Amino acid sequence: MGHPRIQEMATFTPTTPLDDIGHGHKPPAPPVGGGDDGRGGGDVPNYGARLRRARLGLACGIATVCMVFISLTSAYIVRQGLPTFDGASNTYVRDWGKTDLPWSLLGINTALLLVSSVTMELARRDAARRAALAPLAGIPGVSLGNEKSFPWLGVTVLLGIGFLAGQWLAWSELHARGFYVSTNPSSSFAFLLTIVHALHLTGGMIALVWAASASLLKKPVESRRIVVDITAWYWHFMAVLWIYVFALLGFVR
Amino acid sequence: MVAMENPHAHAPQGFIRKYIFSLDHKVIGIQYFFLALTAVFVGMFLSLLMRIHLVWPNAVLPLVGTIQPETYLSLLTMHGTIMVFFVLTTAPQGGFGNYFLPIQIGAPDMAFPVLNMLSFWTTFVGFVVIIAAFFVTGGAPLHGWTGYAPLSALPSAGPGEGLGADLWITSIAIFCVASLMGALNFITTTLDLRAKGMTMMRMPLTVWSWFITAILGLLAFGVLLSAGILLLMDRNLGTSFYVPLVVVNGQIMGHKGGSPLLWQHLFWFFGHPEVYIAILPGMGVASQVLSTFSRKPIFGYRAMVYAMLSIGFFGFMVWGHHMFMSGMSPYSAFAFSLLTMCIGVPSAIKTFNWLGTMWKGRIRFQTPMLYAIGFVSLFVSGGLSGPFLAQPVLDIQLHDTYFVVGHFHLIMGVAAIFGMFAATYYWFPKMFGRMMNETWGKIHFFLTLAGTYAIFMPMHYLGLAGGTRRYSQYTEVAYLAKLMPLHHFMTWAAIITIAAQFIFVINLFWSMFKGPKASDNPWEATTLEWTTATPPPHDNFGGVTPVVNHGPYEYGVPGAAKDYVMQNDPAGVTAH
Repeated sequence: MGHPRIQEMATFTPTTPLDDIGHGHKPPAPPVGGGDDGRGGGDVPNYGARLRRARLGLACGIATVCMVFISLTSAYIVRQGLPTFDGASNTYVRDWGKTDLPWSLLGINTALLLVSSVTMELARRDAARRAALAPLAGIPGVSLGNEKSFPWLGVTVLLGIGFLAGQWLAWSELHARGFYVSTNPSSSFAFLLTIVHALHLTGGMIALVWAASASLLKKPVESRRIVVDITAWYWHFMAVLWIYVFALLGFVR
Repeated sequence: MVAMENPHAHAPQGFIRKYIFSLDHKVIGIQYFFLALTAVFVGMFLSLLMRIHLVWPNAVLPLVGTIQPETYLSLLTMHGTIMVFFVLTTAPQGGFGNYFLPIQIGAPDMAFPVLNMLSFWTTFVGFVVIIAAFFVTGGAPLHGWTGYAPLSALPSAGPGEGLGADLWITSIAIFCVASLMGALNFITTTLDLRAKGMTMMRMPLTVWSWFITAILGLLAFGVLLSAGILLLMDRNLGTSFYVPLVVVNGQIMGHKGGSPLLWQHLFWFFGHPEVYIAILPGMGVASQVLSTFSRKPIFGYRAMVYAMLSIGFFGFMVWGHHMFMSGMSPYSAFAFSLLTMCIGVPSAIKTFNWLGTMWKGRIRFQTPMLYAIGFVSLFVSGGLSGPFLAQPVLDIQLHDTYFVVGHFHLIMGVAAIFGMFAATYYWFPKMFGRMMNETWGKIHFFLTLAGTYAIFMPMHYLGLAGGTRRYSQYTEVAYLAKLMPLHHFMTWAAIITIAAQFIFVINLFWSMFKGPKASDNPWEATTLEWTTATPPPHDNFGGVTPVVNHGPYEYGVPGAAKDYVMQNDPAGVTAH
């Protein structure tokens, strides 16, 4: 689509020097910065770039989960301070109530989750080491030996199941003590926060099982390492988040 | 340019993998576009029913018969919700963002293609769920798109507040999840998949706008999601987060101590950034189109970027200005008011720069340009009433009147829609390989511009005169009856404007199949999407990796062979 006026364009002179146009006071060439464009270098997939990308995506996901819990915390604090009108005494009273949480059980669950975070980290480091060594195996005459690593991933899955089962026991215990989700605002939040955390942890469990099966499915070790790596960071985040929820329920009563 | 083997080069075969469950961001972008197009017609039809009911309350209308007051509220709720979520959030970001963000930064696809596909289909499910609310017992909910508790929290509060309201909340929760997946993808793609030489400050302003919008979405939708969970619990599990001791039809509802204000805070913490989620992509498109069709570099590129960043930043600090009527402390209201007026500064910078871009340019008045200019016009007209409403004392008078309806429709509704129209006319050749009809495009533009002003400008006057909003009938209210001629005028304007949209749709579909073939760069633009084939191949650049040597808006460069320098032009500039 030619334009008849193009030839006259030279009559217009921008007021900014040429080098400053649109790209931040840098001369136009050679190209600097920019990203890896995701194509990798030829036949070999660029696992480093993939790992970085996956971690970046995970960081965004964690930001979102943080926003969910920040808003729930804000609701928690606001609701705690709200007055409600009491007809009997004709005054405003706090109706927050209290919840008898099974602290010892929750303590055991916390310990389980923290230990699982450690085993997850061991699994992550093991996967990273194997991925780093993998290219060496291709060199003629180099053998990595028959080393078998401890199944840390499986242990983590078991500990995770243990934590969820423990949470289930805690909820049953709350029911046994007469606290239901609608008993009082305090119990509503206790159930809400622990259940929302458990749901997010279940997501992590699914990723863990996927990571464990990715190894069974004989994916390249580098590819498996990425899955294990982001699952591990998510898992650590879940542990930190649980400590936060635990502290909130414990100290802001 | 380096040609290399590339995992995206092999396009999927078979109809389902290619067009339905496609991983190609271009196909997903077009899917989003058509979903939003469907939604906008549903939303527009609902507004037409409302406008007709306002002036002829006893008319028997198709599908709904004679509209009852509660039906009017359902129409209002569904119009707002569908438009805000499934049009204003879906088309600019999901549609055009998906299609053009990867191409404009020189990437072969989004960072996580599977997540991208999931995000579209989740949005689709959300749309199906909200449409289902029309067809369940009691019909669609009554509580407005803002879903204020306790009305939204009590299933017995009215028809439509039962299953209809549950579906409404569920749909929004689904939409939140879809938007979060999308936002995560957009951010990662922008940060990690840029081509060599595509520094952040060489990104087209459209990319900046999608990137900032994604950050807003990432931080805002999570809050709406948790607010929605609390609302669902209040409705179905007997908790009291939002519901105080309340009596409905003489019955005590069993809740006590909750605060309707809590919902308002959580909702508007999402709701205000949502306004910018709707308008920021429009700003990006307007910048792109104004620069291209003025044949001038964008005036103040960096200022534009920083203005968008600060709009996004302040967007999170002003939610309280929606709540001046809620009885919040005057001290909070003052702080929110001050911060709200701060947004006027970056907005004015942007407007100044758009005008500066056009100043002494060789403007080509083609349809995309007309819509971009229309965007600036509507942004100014809609934006100027913002500082009025940011004053708590004025807002208390104007809040529940048509003044607010006029304000937010101009700035958030119509301006954003004009951004989408500009984007459609501008990128249609790249998306579908053919040109849209210019003459009908211009007719569509002038009818729509005049029509939307005719609908929404009188609303300001109506509001100043005390015309309350959300009432289903004004014929029975004595002091409002004198304003009825204004309502008649707005309804006729709406009928004509809506009729004019069929010109657009016919032009769209006719051009898709019968329009003249488009060249690779019909607008003589500089950004990377115009360097590749039309429509682009599956991996966007046909196995070639673009290398970027130039800023995004190098028009009218002295000494250059043409009046524009493509971003990937290897030669640089010959002389200056």
